[in-house]
Amino acid sequence: MGNLFAIIIAITFVNNVVLSQFLGLCPFVNSSDKTDKAFGMGMAVTFVMTMASFVTHLLYTYVLRPDAALLKMLFSGTRIPEVGLQAVLQTATFILVIASLVQLVEIFMRKTIPALYRSLGIFLPLITTNCAVLGVALLNTSYAAEPLSLAQAVVQGFFAGIGFTIAMLLMSGVRERLEKLNVPEALRGTPITFIATGLMALAFLGFAGMG
Amino acid sequence: MRSGVFGDYRACRRRTPEAAKEVSMRQELTKGFFKRNPVFVLMVGLCPTLATTTSLNNALAMGVAATAVLVCSNVFVSLVRNFIPKGVRIPCYIVIIASFVTIVEMLMKYFLPLQVSEKLSIFIPLIVVNCIILYRAEDFASKNGVVRSLLDGIGMGGGFTVALLLIAVIRETTGNGTIFGLKFSTTYEPAAVMTLAPGAFIVMGLLLALFRWRSLRKLRAATRPAASTPAEATA
Repeated sequence: MGNLFAIIIAITFVNNVVLSQFLGLCPFVNSSDKTDKAFGMGMAVTFVMTMASFVTHLLYTYVLRPDAALLKMLFSGTRIPEVGLQAVLQTATFILVIASLVQLVEIFMRKTIPALYRSLGIFLPLITTNCAVLGVALLNTSYAAEPLSLAQAVVQGFFAGIGFTIAMLLMSGVRERLEKLNVPEALRGTPITFIATGLMALAFLGFAGMG
Repeated sequence: MRSGVFGDYRACRRRTPEAAKEVSMRQELTKGFFKRNPVFVLMVGLCPTLATTTSLNNALAMGVAATAVLVCSNVFVSLVRNFIPKGVRIPCYIVIIASFVTIVEMLMKYFLPLQVSEKLSIFIPLIVVNCIILYRAEDFASKNGVVRSLLDGIGMGGGFTVALLLIAVIRETTGNGTIFGLKFSTTYEPAAVMTLAPGAFIVMGLLLALFRWRSLRKLRAATRPAASTPAEATA
């Protein structure tokens, strides 16, 4: 339990996906200009990230990594289980899983929760190319500092999404105010957003002391 | 909401890619470096740009890796562009890109010094979702011949690498007091924050502003003679 709590704090604040790991910057810059848009994007990302963490962790544990159960079953007697398929297939598998997951979520939501679909709908297709989702999936599996259990991976995925949403919401608040100010022309829009993000990242550095 | 010079600037940025057919081979190669620089003008592929520019070595490694993937995927996509059904082209491109990324990832693991490949770690597989590569596959390689796609890949990849090096040289000198790992001054006290996340965002914001300031100035110079009233001309 204490371990899970440490993961939650670490991924939400200390290693915030946007502000300290530089993941998911494109949606962060492009859809953080209005608070409701930022919230919608954040929720959609959190949703897909949690699902993707679950599926990719299962795939990694049972199919891709060395000594995976399925490899042992199918290719016993060869060297494949020993080496694993991770080095060759991981990137391609994960990105395809995420792309099809996004499609599935889209179809499922349109049929079952049309209200939520209408509010998130436009953001969903964009998530495939959001590097935060693939990034967190990789951090959960082969790039984890120490191997994570399925529950830990899902929790990490969910709270990475929450961290992303927090950063988006904070930024949208800043940008809604910036719009009313007289910013020099060359700095208007993206440049001033980056500088504001830098100041926000500076504040988030304070959390690093908690590690 | 946005108007005036800034609006015009956006409009003329949108118009440029359509001229692709008339540009010469030479322009195909050089456009990525300045006029349509992927980082500062198109603003794609921001995540690796900020994450890997803590030092010039890392930036160079990242730039070369991305360029290699971009050139290979551009050539391959333009070779098979007539065989891919329209409806499934994006998944096809993603699989092609993912294969080249895997190859580059394995090569880098064997040939790069450990501290560089460790620093880049997650950002090499993340080249898959780097918008530049999919964007060039969809926007250019799927519509142009092999030679043009090759040149485009080299140019865009080169522009990306140059942008990374530009950011990295600022961050490494100010944040670490070194150039390519060599100390250049004994008296300079490095400001470590520049190699951390905040420094990356601030340097990127200032460089973007610089690029935009240049385009705005050029645009103003170009529109001034055409202004009809003297009031507008002096504005």
